[in-house]
Amino acid sequence: MERHLSESIFKNYWKRKTINVFFHILLIFGTILATTPLFSVFGYVVSKGIPAIDFDFFTQLPKPIGETGGGMANALVGTCTLILLASIIGIPWGISVGTYLSEYQAKSKLTQVIRFSADMLASIPSIIIGLFIYALIVIHMKRFSALAGGIALGILIIPTVARTTEELLKMVPMHIREAGLALGLPRWKVILWIVLSGSKSAIITGIMLSIARVAGETAPLLFTAFGNHFWQSGLDQPIASLPVQIYTYAISPYEDWHRQAWAGAFVLVMLVFTMNLLIRLIGLRWGRKN
Amino acid sequence: MQIKHNTKNKLREAHLADQIFYWVLKLSSIALTLVLFLIAVFLYKQALPAIKNFGWRFLHSSVWDPVKDTYGSLPVIYGTVVSSLIAITIATPLSIGVALFLTEIAPKHLSKIVGFLVEMLAAIPSVVYGLWGIFVLAPWLRRDVEPFLASNLGFLPFFQGPPYGVGMLCAGIILAIMITPTISSICREIFHTIPQIQRESALALGATKWEMMQLSVLKSTKKGITGAVILGLGRALGETMAVTMVIGNRHDISLSFFAPSSTMASIIANEYAEATTDMHVAALVEIGFVLLAVTFVINSIARIFISRGFRWTNLFKGAAK
Amino acid sequence: MNAILETRNLNAWFGNTQALQNISLDVDHNTITAIIGPSGCGKSTFIRCLNRLHEEVPDAKAQGQVIVEGKDIYAPKVDPVAIRRKIGMVFQKPNPFPSLTVFENVAIGLKLAGLKRGVALKEVVEKSLKLTALWDEVKDKLHTPGTSLSGGQQQRLCIARALAVEPAVLLMDEPTSALDPISTARIEELVTDLKKTVTIVIVTHNMQQAARISDKTAFFLLGELIEYDNTSRIFTAPKDKKTERYITGRFG
Repeated sequence: MERHLSESIFKNYWKRKTINVFFHILLIFGTILATTPLFSVFGYVVSKGIPAIDFDFFTQLPKPIGETGGGMANALVGTCTLILLASIIGIPWGISVGTYLSEYQAKSKLTQVIRFSADMLASIPSIIIGLFIYALIVIHMKRFSALAGGIALGILIIPTVARTTEELLKMVPMHIREAGLALGLPRWKVILWIVLSGSKSAIITGIMLSIARVAGETAPLLFTAFGNHFWQSGLDQPIASLPVQIYTYAISPYEDWHRQAWAGAFVLVMLVFTMNLLIRLIGLRWGRKN
Repeated sequence: MQIKHNTKNKLREAHLADQIFYWVLKLSSIALTLVLFLIAVFLYKQALPAIKNFGWRFLHSSVWDPVKDTYGSLPVIYGTVVSSLIAITIATPLSIGVALFLTEIAPKHLSKIVGFLVEMLAAIPSVVYGLWGIFVLAPWLRRDVEPFLASNLGFLPFFQGPPYGVGMLCAGIILAIMITPTISSICREIFHTIPQIQRESALALGATKWEMMQLSVLKSTKKGITGAVILGLGRALGETMAVTMVIGNRHDISLSFFAPSSTMASIIANEYAEATTDMHVAALVEIGFVLLAVTFVINSIARIFISRGFRWTNLFKGAAK
Repeated sequence: MNAILETRNLNAWFGNTQALQNISLDVDHNTITAIIGPSGCGKSTFIRCLNRLHEEVPDAKAQGQVIVEGKDIYAPKVDPVAIRRKIGMVFQKPNPFPSLTVFENVAIGLKLAGLKRGVALKEVVEKSLKLTALWDEVKDKLHTPGTSLSGGQQQRLCIARALAVEPAVLLMDEPTSALDPISTARIEELVTDLKKTVTIVIVTHNMQQAARISDKTAFFLLGELIEYDNTSRIFTAPKDKKTERYITGRFG
């Protein structure tokens, strides 16, 4: 092509190359900066947590203030109890909502409102849920309780489980439903059949996601389950939990409690990370199967 | 005849079962909306004594005095706003940078690994961040960072005053760390929707890779990026435990980033269990109600910016608060 | 006639799969060369090697020589960014940059290269739009988004965009396959006109199009160059059996 533009106006080539390299370096540096806290947190949790873990940690109750030693046995059991309660409430409820959204009238105004509510519920600060359960349950029972804490956590689980259920059901192609209906099965049996047979590993993924999230929740437990220095004596009594215990110990002035806080953090982080890894592995296997 | 009758019964039974199934699902879903509504109602009711007593003064008075039983929420509103702004200022360029790195620069296997790491940042519970903040981040800020800032930028009121370590800056930094995964994963998804051909057109014209990123990716996704940042802001506003543990918990309004402060969420976490008078409790619940309203508004605004058909499931892999 | 673009032993891979084998091909000044062949034969891969776009795909590699105006663009120290201005490209789907106006779309190549605002920029934009017969249609719409034009107009906009930086060669990858017959005809007319200004290499799956507009045609099959000759010869008396089978429709 005839060149009417002189080459001299295309002179900023080196400036552009330099800017390009500069921004590449900036982006790489930024990514490293963003991931550094992960390594720092993980590193400290491991290096300070592991030495603090001993047999006592898993078996002993907390010692009174001032005495060293003791453990977080009640908090560990407490967290398991709360997760169980939360799952009993949240998982069936979440699956119901997710199934409704996926299988019935996906476009009506009502379903839009429900979807919006689920998303909002997932976005509001969890401490607000704590305040709500306090007003709803704790005041009437006149005491803190594992039940209240479990319900608060259960509400937190619902949006995640609902969304996961809905997305997975939506991925099941229509003709599978039609095959079931053509066999003469009533609609509800068809849905149950799809949910149970087709998406098992995916539902387990959703459940693990919720557990991973809720295991570390502290704020909503502060005034529902509250905390307990002893073994829990009933579901209607306050209950210790791992994250609340970590919090209480961390902000205390006692060195020994700080040490145990790191131990607790280690256990919590290991739990959450393992769940996430499992989720990823299941996701990979499931993806490969399909 | 009898066979027909049985079939009819069976059909009616099946129909009934279907109906019950449908209504159970439907009611459980409506109940969910009801819960949201009830939360607002209960909080409002509990806050009523404070609302009636202080009126609008509550939002602009800086007096928070449990002894005299008078409460004004301006300090915590200020603390929330400033710490969240610090967080957004740090997190936004960082998150966009990470997203660009992962979608445009990194080879596939590296982007999977780094992407996993960034998502793991979101999995760490808030209380663990708080623990790390108290014993690792805050001392580092106090020893090294804040004195450095004070000596170099001390002419600005933001970097004056004694370096406590814990305080507004520490909370802002931890919040930035916590919201980066949110903003960057939304940005990544948005960047992935840009068709490859757009990038190739830019390159074919002789653009450098950075120029291609600006032209084909960043320029067309401004709306989505804004939505992502607003969503990140929403999370920062409601973040409780990590902030409570590192913000120093003082009810003062100070221009300095080094100063201890409080946020709406942190004051509830700190004082609720020990609040003695009814007015104190009501004031705290009123703060909770305001926080609820603000989060609601911010998240709704964010949705306007982020298009439909977007994978919201990613958001729920978030951190525990 | 001297060649403006010469290819010597060009090989290309996607990962471990070889997509092009030893392609050697010369393109003459101010001609239209058509590349034809069945899907998967490597024709798109070939032209994407000519502006070094092929290697931007992860795990893709190219090796060999591509000499443009006397310089080998695959020589060791050559920067792909630097050579792409000399070799323009138009893609299958019209894709003006959505965040830019009509004017800005045409101007962007120049702006990147350093031609700032001013009379010179406006003149070049106008010239490019006139070259693609778009000027009269859009001169009142210069500041509307590039995507507000019709499909055929958008493609001509993309051609104008590519021409604005005065490339030596214009590569076109099935430029009309996403367009309606009328727009297709207009673009074919345009391409035939453009021959005077720039050398064109056009990939097409439409043999009639190749026969209509090109001077020389190259037939690719499974990554190999089977035959390359004057278009009239290829379509009336092809030398290779495989070429004959393709153009008579026995396969592909």
